[in-house]
Amino acid sequence: MEYIAIVLSAILVNNIVLAQFLGLCPFFGVSNKISTAAGMGGAVLFVMTIAAIVTYLIAHYILIPLDLVYLRTVTYILVISSLVQMVEIILKKVSPPLYQALGIFLPLMTTNCAILGVAILVIQQDHTLMSGVVFAIAHSIGFTIALVILAGIREQLELLNVPKGMRGNPIILVAAGLLAMAFMGFAGIV
Amino acid sequence: MDQAKNFTKGFIRENPVFALMLGLCPALGTTTSAYNGMGMGLATMFVVIMSNIVVSLIKDFVPNKVRIPSYIVIIASFVTMVDLGMAGYMPALHEQLGLFIPLIVVNCFVLGRAEAFASRNTLGSSVVDGFGMGLGFTLALTMLGASREILGSYALFGFQFIGQDGMLVFILAPGAFIALGYLIALTNKLNK
Repeated sequence: MEYIAIVLSAILVNNIVLAQFLGLCPFFGVSNKISTAAGMGGAVLFVMTIAAIVTYLIAHYILIPLDLVYLRTVTYILVISSLVQMVEIILKKVSPPLYQALGIFLPLMTTNCAILGVAILVIQQDHTLMSGVVFAIAHSIGFTIALVILAGIREQLELLNVPKGMRGNPIILVAAGLLAMAFMGFAGIV
Repeated sequence: MDQAKNFTKGFIRENPVFALMLGLCPALGTTTSAYNGMGMGLATMFVVIMSNIVVSLIKDFVPNKVRIPSYIVIIASFVTMVDLGMAGYMPALHEQLGLFIPLIVVNCFVLGRAEAFASRNTLGSSVVDGFGMGLGFTLALTMLGASREILGSYALFGFQFIGQDGMLVFILAPGAFIALGYLIALTNKLNK
């Protein structure tokens, strides 16, 4: 029951992109086609879950016992960027098709603030390892849903005659705003 | 490069938020009021100036292959300083900005300045660049915060000028996207 609440809250109520404003760079950067948006979502799911597990273990077995919590930001970002590198190398050897599919999105992961944000939130909200994993998976699903919906909207937007001043980024931001408004309708279900 | 031009390029023409769409997460997440936006902007400005200084000083010693990780560690150290400093001296603002202070480290705009400018230029122009770009970022966040506060609670920097509740949607998440969309449209117009 507790896990269902975490999942619903992360996907619908506190959507990581539309309500918490994390991971906006990929949200606007790779949402021009539905297929690339889904690929990015898969890469985020993969890296975010691993990153949440590794940073959880580091926080609970190294930083907190040694009273080094002030090193949190430095450690996490180093761990995440080397993790991304490692995942890339391992995937290349172990599963070339998956590597091909995620390929270009993996290096972008280091500067995706959603990854570091979720890693910090898992520690801040006192999750256990299991609920932290559920939390990370649910957030990445929420990220993917928002990304795919926006990509769908953008594919339609290309066919429209948008007023000159609003062409390009401004109209995409307004569309994202309306999408966020739609997600506000879920407020209060958890 | 002409130093005055170097300083002012971040204001409108290469404004990190309005023109380049970098650093959007803090730009949308912290600008519920002009004061919060300005606080976030100044914190980022400190980090960008300091990291530009250090990066331009060490650029000749760092091997090319490990430059990005070393820049990230430098930025992360300054972010930790800002984080602890704000928690000590401005606890109320620190509470408001919350998660977005440690997240300055993944702000693509800070790393972008280190990689694209400070690692290729002298100390002097890197400082000017960090100062100008930081000021442009602060300006953008303050403007976005001010417009959201004016529409959302009929107030500016906490001074209310109409004695009733504003359009709440501009304080909430959707208003952030919409307000930024219109501000970018305005900047595009000015850039022409």
